[in-house]
Amino acid sequence: MAMKKFMFVNRKAPYGTIYALESLEVVLIAATFDQDVSLAFIDDGVYELVKGQETKGVGIKNHSKTYRALDGYDVEKLYVERESMAMRGLTEADLLVPVEVLSSAEMGSLMAEQDVVLSF
Amino acid sequence: MLHIVNKSHTQTNSLQSCLRLAQAGAALLLIEDAIYAATSGGAASSGIAGAIAQLRVYALQPDVEARGMAGKLVDGVTTIDYAGFVDLVAEHPNNQSWL
Repeated sequence: MAMKKFMFVNRKAPYGTIYALESLEVVLIAATFDQDVSLAFIDDGVYELVKGQETKGVGIKNHSKTYRALDGYDVEKLYVERESMAMRGLTEADLLVPVEVLSSAEMGSLMAEQDVVLSF
Repeated sequence: MLHIVNKSHTQTNSLQSCLRLAQAGAALLLIEDAIYAATSGGAASSGIAGAIAQLRVYALQPDVEARGMAGKLVDGVTTIDYAGFVDLVAEHPNNQSWL
């Protein structure tokens, strides 16, 4: 199978909806098929990467740890839109994994060059 | 690239984020509640009025009609039917749905 460029666009906060978890599940599947996988974090999706998530009290699995395991699946392209991060008062130091911070235009350009864009 | 938005610009920031990232020359299809952004009453505040010069903007006519907005879209927005929706998806190499 030819390798395709897959971008997963994450725009939702982690526990209010199932989107963040579902995205991670599909990311791992795509990685298993040796595809070129990248993750984009835009709008509230930035909150998925915030350090220190502790979900015992709400009784939901803490899936944020999975982001740290992604490089074990050769998923190393994590992009965060600068404006989304700034709008939420966050910096790279608040995030639990290394990311590449992109301007809106850079993120838009990266999105446009994908073979497949999956929206969450 | 084709961008698809289905939420009202007054309800979520989906359209706003789409307009921030979409590249000049890209196509933008407004469906469901997103069509309000292309109406004469909404186009200025939604950013569609300003985006028309940069993007090819489409609205799904059945959704426009269902909401009583037929004939109320700003100039520069092209209405399409469901078959046109399929054509748009088929003629662009990729698409993003701003859920």
